[in-house]
Amino acid sequence: MTTVAVLVESRGGEATQPTHEAITLARTLGTPVAVWLGAAPDPAQNARLGIHGATEVRVVPAAEDARQPARAAAALAAATADADIVLMISTFVNKEIATRLALLTGAGVVVDAAGVELVDGHVETLQTVFAATWNVRTRIAAEKAIVAIRPNTTLASPAEETGAATTVVVDAELPEVPEVIASVEPVPAPEGVPLAEAPVVVSGGRGTNGDYTLVRELADLLGGAVGASRDATDEGWISHEHMVGQTGTTVTPALYVACGISGAVHHRGGMQASGTIVAVNIDPDAPIFEIADFGVVGDLGDVLPQAIAHIEKHRAG
Amino acid sequence: MEVAPASSAATLSRMRILVTVKFVPDLQSQRSFTDGAVTRTGDDGTMNELDENAVEAALQLKEAAGEGEVYALTVGGDDAVAAVRKALQLGVDHAIHVSDAGVAGSDVFGTAKVIAAAVRKVHEEDPLDLVITGMAALDGLTSMLPTALAAELGWSQLTLASGLTVEGGAASIVRHLPDAHETVSAPLPAVVSVTDEANTPRYPNFKLIMAARSKPVATWTLEDLGVDPSSVGAGAARTVVVDASPRPPRENRVTVTDTGEGGVALADFLIERGLA
Repeated sequence: MTTVAVLVESRGGEATQPTHEAITLARTLGTPVAVWLGAAPDPAQNARLGIHGATEVRVVPAAEDARQPARAAAALAAATADADIVLMISTFVNKEIATRLALLTGAGVVVDAAGVELVDGHVETLQTVFAATWNVRTRIAAEKAIVAIRPNTTLASPAEETGAATTVVVDAELPEVPEVIASVEPVPAPEGVPLAEAPVVVSGGRGTNGDYTLVRELADLLGGAVGASRDATDEGWISHEHMVGQTGTTVTPALYVACGISGAVHHRGGMQASGTIVAVNIDPDAPIFEIADFGVVGDLGDVLPQAIAHIEKHRAG
Repeated sequence: MEVAPASSAATLSRMRILVTVKFVPDLQSQRSFTDGAVTRTGDDGTMNELDENAVEAALQLKEAAGEGEVYALTVGGDDAVAAVRKALQLGVDHAIHVSDAGVAGSDVFGTAKVIAAAVRKVHEEDPLDLVITGMAALDGLTSMLPTALAAELGWSQLTLASGLTVEGGAASIVRHLPDAHETVSAPLPAVVSVTDEANTPRYPNFKLIMAARSKPVATWTLEDLGVDPSSVGAGAARTVVVDASPRPPRENRVTVTDTGEGGVALADFLIERGLA
């Protein structure tokens, strides 16, 4: 039987939605076990992880402050010695952990995957490259596989047979590393759902002229997160954490609404694989219209309030 | 918004830095795959744009130190020399092109092995302080190489730096993660990757472009580096691309011009698709 270990991503002591997506995905590949780096979580977390199919939660208390990738990877290696596949969420930090883990175990690695399946006993992954204009299928030839999966690529769902996952405490000896973390300044969590995980993203660019009121209003109405183009973050209109693009956050929501964003290749690379793309821009020649399922050539100040009012009216019945 | 501190070297009198640069298809070109590998040809290829930040960081550190050398290193076929030529135009002192048919098809671990061997060759002749890389290559974007290279060399790893300082035999970086801003330091030599927030890359000027033409590019093979060909290349790769195809264009795209009802049309589209 294939054992699939899933590295839990937690925020404020709770496993994130992408973690539950990854455990749901792990069920299609074998027997999921969750790995929790740090002190044991609240039992309620075990229950939720169990609902999605995790049979065990392997807790590595020694990894409480293992922010350096080499230390986190050593902790993960100790907890996943029997695993054929290790899944994690594709973040910059996890890509580094995946790399270090692969060097410890000889595993093959794919990051930024949009899907994973077993084909003839081999792990195969799907990714998009070149600003999401190409699909690539990769086979992992090594015996062990590590896959970093993008959020929003699997719909989290409860397993048929569920029960609280049992807790297993794993001892790990973490290596000394030369990197010293001198300070950690937490970034306040955004209100609502984080950008990378949001099912809906409403982004504003140069066309907002720095006023995000309407963009936020539409995002709130649709239950989404607020994104931005590089232009807007460079102007200081909104913080870097909101930047969607190849060097910011890559998003694949069910709906992406681009407001006053021209659609430079760097931006498109961070959102082009989204489900439905909608664009509003005053410039009919903006490249964003080439990839939008629905585009409106017009002024944000006219189009957005009218759309918001119409959706509210529709909901009110 | 916080302004990223410029790279600076306060006490070192001589900085020796190697920058890795990657040859990638131009972002604006029709990028494609051939036999499971990215098609890279001289016609539409260039130095990976994010590597310009790495070159800039290295040049700024050297200039602040007053003296030193900056090397640009690339690995790839004949066309890849364009990447180090671009680095020479930006002002690096030396260019190295590792070119060997045995490297083709390497995964990130094979590539890191080859680059590490080349770094050691330079380092053994005259010690390096830093290897600087870009944050990712805009063709594959995996961001795994800096970590794999640091591990292969056994050097400190300082990744995703939006600010970099070198002082007293140690490098210190600021990195902006989604949940926290970290300050991380480590002793030299270190592998540092810089983001596009770290600096604004310079443009090559006419004088440098002319000077770059006559600068030599050292070409090294796996044999020159003492790398066993069976340990790299397609045969040693842990991952294999089995299929690559262009994504089909979106069908039934609609663009309307707002003549007073654009917002309603947008709302109706979302409602129809069950998205609002």
